[in-house]
Amino acid sequence: MEKFTVHTGRAVPLRRSNVDTDQIIPAHWLKKVTRDGFEDGLFEAWRKDPEFVLNNPVHDGATILVAGPDFGTGSSREHAVWALQNYGFKAVISPRFADIFRGNSLKGGLLTVLLPEDVVLRLQDLVEADPATEITVDLVERRVRAADVDVPFELDDYTRWRLLEGLDDIGLTLRHADDISAFEERRKPWMPATA
Amino acid sequence: MGRTLAEKVWESHVVRRVEGEPDLLFIDLHLIHEVTSPQAFDGLRQAGRRVRRTDLTLATEDHNTPTLDIDKPIADPVSRTQIETLRRNCEEFGVRLHSLGDVEQGIVHVVGPQLGLTQPGMTVVCGDSHTATHGAFGALAFGIGTSQVEHVLATQTLPMAPFKTMAVTVEGELAEGVTAKDVILAVIAKIGTGGGQGYVIEYRGEAIRKLSMEGRMTICNMSIEAGARAGMVAPDETTFAFVEGRAHAPKGADWDAAVEYWRSLRTDDDAVFDKEVVIDGAALTPHVTWGTNPGQGLPLSERVPDPASFEDPSDRGAAERALEYMDLKPGMALRDIRVDTVFLGSCTNGRIEDLRAAAGVLKGRKISGDLRMLVVPGSARVGLQAQEEGLDVIFKEAGAEWRYAGCSMCLGMNPDQLSPGERSASTSNRNFEGRQGKGGRTHLVSPQVAAATAVLGHLASPADLH
Repeated sequence: MEKFTVHTGRAVPLRRSNVDTDQIIPAHWLKKVTRDGFEDGLFEAWRKDPEFVLNNPVHDGATILVAGPDFGTGSSREHAVWALQNYGFKAVISPRFADIFRGNSLKGGLLTVLLPEDVVLRLQDLVEADPATEITVDLVERRVRAADVDVPFELDDYTRWRLLEGLDDIGLTLRHADDISAFEERRKPWMPATA
Repeated sequence: MGRTLAEKVWESHVVRRVEGEPDLLFIDLHLIHEVTSPQAFDGLRQAGRRVRRTDLTLATEDHNTPTLDIDKPIADPVSRTQIETLRRNCEEFGVRLHSLGDVEQGIVHVVGPQLGLTQPGMTVVCGDSHTATHGAFGALAFGIGTSQVEHVLATQTLPMAPFKTMAVTVEGELAEGVTAKDVILAVIAKIGTGGGQGYVIEYRGEAIRKLSMEGRMTICNMSIEAGARAGMVAPDETTFAFVEGRAHAPKGADWDAAVEYWRSLRTDDDAVFDKEVVIDGAALTPHVTWGTNPGQGLPLSERVPDPASFEDPSDRGAAERALEYMDLKPGMALRDIRVDTVFLGSCTNGRIEDLRAAAGVLKGRKISGDLRMLVVPGSARVGLQAQEEGLDVIFKEAGAEWRYAGCSMCLGMNPDQLSPGERSASTSNRNFEGRQGKGGRTHLVSPQVAAATAVLGHLASPADLH
């Protein structure tokens, strides 16, 4: 996984709540068996509307999505994270994320940043007023900065460390293979097996 | 202080606990399907890893399988590749797979309980958000993403962030014609699509205790639609009776030992939940959704709401967008909404009891003139059982289509889709824009409401037929 330390980039304001993962990447894209090539499927239905914010050329090259509350609800499809990353997004800012989407994003190195709703609205206002506005997501200091905004965000130490180091979760767990084996010895003998 | 059911199950699965790190939990059952696993198997291959516990892993084909002509090659080459990829991966890594045509094939969340693999006190995961279904047995069951699927394949564990506990107590007795689906739609409408965020919900109270296992699965299944990480019901005699005798249930002395342990899986009287919600079950009536998220629901007797009536600006905006997408006007009676398609099936309402309930309404009746109704059993075995009971004949005589098992129109990955502008009453779990097909409009309903709607051609409950 790519390391995430400090990222500065332009942003796309997405003033919608309850953006579910079916909107982020529709089901027919889920037939693919790879992790790449999802960028054209990102918000596919909404992008058919020329007025949709992602179609505005002033936001070309933006790397941060500033979204409304309850972003990433619904299906657990990690393809939603891949679609955002394939398109070029490095971070998503929202007042509230659905749990599974958040977990998926932080596994894959897409930084999901929780900020209070008034700050998110302020960032959206800033970007709409001047699309060249740059937002900095600083994972080292756990702060978001843009124009007159300079606010902290919360992320647990462990996840922060893993992202800063770009560490593979599986490799970390396998360091404790002995603990897993010991647990397996303790399991109740009547528990079901598939084979 | 006492502990909640969720805390007890969590504690009994901690492999490793270190200050400042998430708990590492052991996973008792890992369910796999074709859509969220190929990239995980690729990851294993690239890292030279194997599946640690093939004996705790089970795969089935469900999301992307056809419900017609299942004896022929899958027509769509991309879908065919995905199914073939699962078959190859299961073969290579030694994972048991129930393929299309197998009697145990079907939706993962129907198959696990049906085989007796889902039991109280277990941890169950699957790369599918509706894994919460298995919580109906008092298991802790989480939907996970593909990176986590790979993690479980490689280690049979998951590092899990701590959770909060919520009690949703449904008091009183449900009235005739009010189902588990109506209960959960009412719960989501009350707490909202983000209301359960960070929580494991335990459903309690008289109305829940009186539900069958099928009904409890319907409720736990849609916990994710309230944003919750999982939903659970404490195991009781209803649970034990459902599990006993199934293929993978404990037998003999093991059964007695298991039941003794399962009886300890209840929230202690002095345990404290982080949040409590109380619903008056006796006051509930059939519920339907009018909008494009599962929280936008109301009793069927109500009218389409006016977006201006929402105080929260973000709710108001969402309602405006939803009415535009759904092509509905404020003030219109929900019963006046005409539908083109009725879908009966899914991991929410595709079990035998759901088919029986809908068939009970349809028996001796015909579906409305130009409406189409798809009946898709949740598993091949549910389909067979329905046929033994003659339910398929009732559906066909009413004018509905009787299909093979799978996820089908719930998510519209296979050819079972709505056309643009088409409107459905669906027993599935999501009414998102385009969920059942590009431009399609979905109203979530119970099996009974689905059947009555099919007869009358507009949203209706069985009571409207008399």
